Amino acid sequence: MPGFSPNELTSYLTIGAVLFSLGLFTVLTRRNAISVLMGVELILNSANVNYVAFSHFGSGNLDGQLYAIFVIMLAAAEAAVGLAIVLAIFQIFHTIDVEAAETLKE
Amino acid sequence: MEVSTVVFYLVTVITVGSAAMVAFSRNIIYSAFSLLGTFMGMAGIYIFLGADFVAAVQVLIYVGGILVLILFAVMLTHRITDVEITNRSAGRIPALIIIAVFFALLVQTVRETPWVRVKEITYEPTTARIGDLFLENYLLPFELASLVLLAAMIGAVVLSRKEIKE
Repeated sequence: MPGFSPNELTSYLTIGAVLFSLGLFTVLTRRNAISVLMGVELILNSANVNYVAFSHFGSGNLDGQLYAIFVIMLAAAEAAVGLAIVLAIFQIFHTIDVEAAETLKE
Repeated sequence: MEVSTVVFYLVTVITVGSAAMVAFSRNIIYSAFSLLGTFMGMAGIYIFLGADFVAAVQVLIYVGGILVLILFAVMLTHRITDVEITNRSAGRIPALIIIAVFFALLVQTVRETPWVRVKEITYEPTTARIGDLFLENYLLPFELASLVLLAAMIGAVVLSRKEIKE
């Protein structure tokens, strides 16, 4: 494939775009709350690859990598709290279909 | 073709293929395990970008932490026998149209923008410089991150405990 090599910025940005689209598709189509969270993780990963790629090809300093580390840290916090909420929803509604939780109460 | 280019193609195929499995698989267990391939492939891509520390953090936190959390949540909220029907999806066609338009837009932007590029691309160890930056320019975000993690930990414990009614 022309223009798709490890030495081109655009190939990494294309990988990021593919991952973002797949993550967005997952978030849009799933009704299972855990699957939605998986889609969010894909989107965060695609943002990270853009940060690191710009840090490597565009600026030459490490700021992009630091932002990627902060994003990974926030993703860990988001996963812990999000999955705790999913477990709480499961205890109340006995399902994790996101449409079951639209009433916001039992 | 160089060996590194072949490895790059391989890593890309693993990453994108696993992400496609996550998006399209009908079984949530397959989706969860496919995330493993995506996260490991991303670590490989970070290594191609000269980001050794970020790659190690990716493996430690995503594969070792987040993926295990997701698998635990899947196991705790599903009866294993009926996983087939629990990964239902709704509105696939509109979603496909939306992401196709969005992806075309993104790729168009990536292709046409004249990206700034450094003259010399260097590959050197980054860990020591990242540590220095965390304690110099990024000290406040670093400390705030520890607060956020503490709050998230307490929040997760409070949310997921079972309430014992007297």
